[in-house]
Amino acid sequence: MSVARLVSSLILLLSFTLSHAAIVAFEFEDPEKEDRFKRFSEELRCLVCQNQSLADSNAELALDLRSELYTMIKNDASDDEIVSFMVDRYGDFVLYRPPVNSATWFLWFGPFLLIFVGLFILFMVIRSVGKQQSSELSDEEQEKLNTLLNNNKDNES
Amino acid sequence: MARFLIPLAIFIVLAIFLGIGLTLDPKHVPSPLIDKPAPAFQLPRLYEPEATISSNDFKGQVSIFNVWASWCGACRAEHPFLMKLAREKTINIYGLNYKDKSDDAKRWLVQYGGNPYKAIAYDENGRAGMDWGVYGVPETFLIDKKGMVRYKHVGPLDPGVWTNNILPLIQKLKAE
Repeated sequence: MSVARLVSSLILLLSFTLSHAAIVAFEFEDPEKEDRFKRFSEELRCLVCQNQSLADSNAELALDLRSELYTMIKNDASDDEIVSFMVDRYGDFVLYRPPVNSATWFLWFGPFLLIFVGLFILFMVIRSVGKQQSSELSDEEQEKLNTLLNNNKDNES
Repeated sequence: MARFLIPLAIFIVLAIFLGIGLTLDPKHVPSPLIDKPAPAFQLPRLYEPEATISSNDFKGQVSIFNVWASWCGACRAEHPFLMKLAREKTINIYGLNYKDKSDDAKRWLVQYGGNPYKAIAYDENGRAGMDWGVYGVPETFLIDKKGMVRYKHVGPLDPGVWTNNILPLIQKLKAE
């Protein structure tokens, strides 16, 4: 067997085990339910490894919650029921998309506020620069400029 | 002057926010259970599997509910402190043996110095733990006379947390 073939078969073998580990046999007959399962497991946070979703995490808790989610979706639980199941137990923190309420108001609208503040500052700066440019030369300065320009002409000729 | 002061002010505000952010522990997720009734469960007792323990058993007294497992390293660190609390009879300590094997759990208690719990609920598959929002064993809940959850501590209990946060609250709840 050539080296290239050996390497490629090894890669194939590795990729197989990796993808196998991620799936862990949650099968749905209804593709719509499968989509819901995927969507929810990607939108819910695993509290053990906080920067991973339920779908990504291999923590025991994530596995338990995935199987809970599986059962709920199989039993046609509504979106609200699923979300409140998670929030009642682990708080808003499990949601990657936090709800809009008094505690998260700044989180949701703060960026827009900052954009407006930035635009306002930009506007003020442009206006003040424009004012400076339009200011005219005094008579004295104008005369100085004329002399300089004339000198220049004399030199050139 | 203003052109230097404004960036400086923005920098200071940012530094303050980032500084606050650094001192927060991301593992401390506020529990939504605080000031809510203890989540209902009915589980076999670790030492008498034919008898059960339920969330109703908390009613009428102030108690702590400690989630532990034999596979949990931090529980080993916490255990001597729980034993001390049990000896001093400060408060009733109930246990939730979370996702464990009952033989392993019993052996662990013998190996690490005894059983500080008044009763231990045996949560083999972790379903009760899920209802309690357990995500990092050990966890400790403080439950009042009405069976409401009043405080949650994630991680091993130690004398500092105990005297500063939990003990004053226990005294307040006992007086209620």
